[in-house]
Parts: sequence; C-alpha cells; structure tokens
Amino acid sequence: MAYTQEQIASQMDAEPGRGGNMVLNLGPQHPSTHGVLRVKVELDGEQVVRSEPVIGYLHTGIEKTFEDLMYQQGCMLAPRADYVSPIINNLCWVLGVEKLLGIEVPKRTQYIRVLFAELSRIASHLVWLGTSAMDMGAMSPFFYTMQQRELILDLNEMAAGYRMNPSYFRVGGLMGDLPPGFPEKLYAFLDGFPHWLEEYHELLDRNPIWIERLQHTATISLEQALDYGWTGPLIRALGVPFDLRKTNPYSSYEDFDFDVPTETEGDVYARYNVRMREMGESLKIVRQAMDNMPGGPWRVADEKIYPPEKTEIRQSMEALIYHFKLFSEGFMVPPGDVFSAVEGPKGVLGCYVVSEGSSRPNRVHIRGPSFYNLQALPAMIKGGMLADIVAAIGSLDIVLGEVDR
Amino acid sequence: MATVDDDQSVLFTSVKKLSAWARSNSLWPAQFGLACCAIEMMATAASRFDLSRFGAEVMRASPRQADVMIVAGRVCQKMAPVVRELYDQMPEPKWVIAMGACASCGGVFANYAVVQGVDRVVPVDIYIPGCPPSPEGLIEGVMRLQKKIREGGRPVLPLMTPATEVAEA
Repeated sequence: MAYTQEQIASQMDAEPGRGGNMVLNLGPQHPSTHGVLRVKVELDGEQVVRSEPVIGYLHTGIEKTFEDLMYQQGCMLAPRADYVSPIINNLCWVLGVEKLLGIEVPKRTQYIRVLFAELSRIASHLVWLGTSAMDMGAMSPFFYTMQQRELILDLNEMAAGYRMNPSYFRVGGLMGDLPPGFPEKLYAFLDGFPHWLEEYHELLDRNPIWIERLQHTATISLEQALDYGWTGPLIRALGVPFDLRKTNPYSSYEDFDFDVPTETEGDVYARYNVRMREMGESLKIVRQAMDNMPGGPWRVADEKIYPPEKTEIRQSMEALIYHFKLFSEGFMVPPGDVFSAVEGPKGVLGCYVVSEGSSRPNRVHIRGPSFYNLQALPAMIKGGMLADIVAAIGSLDIVLGEVDR
Repeated sequence: MATVDDDQSVLFTSVKKLSAWARSNSLWPAQFGLACCAIEMMATAASRFDLSRFGAEVMRASPRQADVMIVAGRVCQKMAPVVRELYDQMPEPKWVIAMGACASCGGVFANYAVVQGVDRVVPVDIYIPGCPPSPEGLIEGVMRLQKKIREGGRPVLPLMTPATEVAEA
C-alpha cells in the first residue's frame, strides 16, 4: 500500500516534519527486508530516531492448519514455517510428537537426522551469507554460496526425492533409509566445502566496504539481548555459549564432538564470524555422523505408528489393516502436552503440541526464533544511520514465514 | 543450401510480431518474494540454473521497472492489497506468473489467513504447480510465458498509438 507521510506518521504517533524529522516506510516490498517485513522509520536527517517493525504480511495460519491435519501430515507442514532450514523444523515436530507418544527411534535414525539437520544449517547460513552480502552491495558471494547450497539440495533430493522441503523425517523414523551411493556423494561435498568456505572469507574479509559497514554496527547490550529473548548465533556473538545441542542434547547430539563458536563484540561483524565458524563446526558433525553411522533399523518396529513395508502389506492381513488405519484415521496420541526444542540456525526453535487423545493435535504453537530476534530491531538501529538498517536486518537472519507463522 | 548474403537480405514481419518477439526475450521480473518459493526463485536466478539464459534475470526492485510479476509464495489477507498495488504500479504490457501451489490455489493452507489463489487479486497468465516448484519448473513457466507473448496472448498493447487513431482524434 502506498502511504502518505501523514498516514505513516499518524500510525507512529509522530508529527511529520517535527524538528525536520522525516517518516519513511521501508517495505513490505523491499529487496533487503528478506521477505515481507515492513519497517516504519522516523529519521532526523539520515539518523534513525525511532523505528517500528510491522509484521503479519506473511501470516499463514500455519498453527491453525496443524489442527486440521493428522500428526504424520504435520511432517509436511512444519518445514513450511522456516523454509530456509526446513529439515530442522521437521526435526522439531517429529521430536515433539515422539515425546508425546513416548517412543524412541533407533540410533541410526538419530544419526541420519543429525546429519541432515546439520546440512540444513549449512544451507541456511549459505542463504543468509549470500543475501546479506548482496544487501551490502557485494553481488558475487550470492552466486558462490548458492552453488554450494545446490549440492546440499542434491543430497536432499537423493535421500527424500525432493529438493527444498523434503519432509524426510517422519514420526517414528525416516521416509526411507539412505540410498545407495549417498555416502560417496556426501563425502565429495564434505571434501570440497572447506575450500569454498575459505573462498567466502577471501571474498569478504579483506573488503573494506564490508568491514566498515559491519563493524560496530547495530549493537545492543547483553542485558537487552537477554531481555528480548535472543538465542542462536546472535546471542553467541555477544559471548554467551548457549547452544541447545550442548546444553540439552537431543537426537544423540551428545555423541558428537564440536565447539560452540562465540565472539564478544556483538556487532554485525561478530555475527558474521559466528555463522561462518558454525558452518565449519556443522561440517565436522556431518562427517562424524557419516563416519560412525550405526547399522540397524531406521524406523521403529511399531507398525501402528510407522506404516509397514509394501512387501509385508501384500502378504500379511495385519499389515494391511495397520496400513489402512494409519492412512485413514492416523495413530492416536495419548493426551498431554509437550514442548520440544531444537537448536535451529537462527536460534532456539520450539514446538508446543497439545493432544487430547485423537489423531490430530488440539493446539500447536511454534516458537520461531526469528520472531524473538526481530523485536530487538528498533533498539539495534536507534541512533544509527539509515543504511545500517539493512545491515541490521541482514544480520538478524530473519525468515518471515517463521515470524508471522 | 544457398548462402544468405547479410547485406542483401530483407526480413518481412509485422511490428506486432517483432515487438512480441523482443518483449518475450527480455522479461524483467519484479524482485518480490513472499515465502518458500522465493528461495527457489533465487536459486533459479543463481549460478546453476541461471535464468539469464532465457533473458529473464533482470530482477527489478521497483515494480515500475518490471513487466513480469512472479508471485512466489503464499499471499495472505494482509499482503493481498499490497500485491494489487504493486501490480497496478507496473507499466503495461505486464504479465503475472503464479509460482507454486499457494499462489495458484492456496495450496495446503486452506484456512482463514491465506488468499486461495492470487488470481483473486490479479490476473494470472501462467500457473506453476509444486510446493515449491523446482527451478526447472519456474524456467518452464517462463518459457511458456515467452511462447504466450510471442503468440500474441494477453495483453498486446501497441508500442505507439497507430497513425489512424491519431488522425481520428
């Protein structure tokens, strides 16, 4: 919508032209708002006096839609919340439902889940790096990062048959076992990626514009950050080594050896460094997961939760009944509520599920880290320059699908 | 086969066909992403799929410089007036691609929040299925739009006002 100065000003309780202040509307269609974020900014010259993010331009009703679908269908819906790291959303959902059911998946499944979750984290950071570098005027990193992201999507496609929102994790297991030829392809990626990580550093680290615009930009204090509920790379850039994979390990993360990178400055440059180092750590985890991949089943044996094999359906009457029941009414989940949390690429990603004993959830809430991280935007950009808003939004790494849900 | 002498050869075509051919090979999409499909749209413009092979890579940040709107993602009730406003700002001739299930029909989100197809807000030329469609899917959509433009589909406005109309006025 096109707003006049007066209209935006009245929405912000500001007077247009007060003391020479100007009111500016950024978004929802703006190339550097990473989606459909709208920011109302009051400017004194080029300095930001006040700002206010306006959200809801991508409100999808995703939580309500969960209530219409069976638990196993939720595996398809969850990835559409944070579509830059869909597999980690998928993981959060299946962990929640499995906790409600009181089942534990085999070790092999847990390792495969860790493997894909970490690949997804790298893919998410690559999208962030490419787009936020483009916001700063550096076009080339985008092409370099998307090239490596394609290799990760190839691995998704190989395992699950779909590139971007693969929904590979299912309640009680996976869509299928790792396909033949997967390890070779994965190792080829793992061997090649460190070189490209170096390349990204070379493209950006000695670029004076990149350094000038990022260092000492959009900082807030640690107290403020904790008040706003910051998590993920943002809080780690302030020196807090908080990572759910270490503090509350899930899906066998305790078996893996990795570090939690932290920085102390808390500016945009520190966030950049934290994410870059995180990619290296994720790479370590993926390699360990593939090297130590346990054998055995990749699904739970309970056929009331995970559908039986096709060959079994042809031979066994019970298997046919289980299959029919699963796809016509789903599995019943005991009443109760559960909160499952995983470490997403943007911070703590949570999923609160309430069950009343049927095959569909009664209420689902997604704790999207972007939503909590975004609320600090006015504090981050206050007193800064107009151009720093773009750097600040880029460093938050928000996904509007997760903010608005 | 007889060789063609470039200096001596003459081409005959109509202005309408020539302009349609030129337009179809130089589509400028509005850089405007909504949800999941926007990430695939970015991937389509990036290194592997390279949309510039089809002349449609010049993503413009302002709708006033664009002639194709790729609606990439779910359009929610709050966003729908914005989409219309953007469409109205685009200069004629203009085309719309509904990318993905959500933009085409609401997709999985059959609920209170999502507009059940962007064709309720703007006229759509090409629908691309998928959730999200693969980059190959988007490229196919772009190529079909090019075909549609070359064949003189909607909307074909004259480049200039024809002389007869000027004389009448």
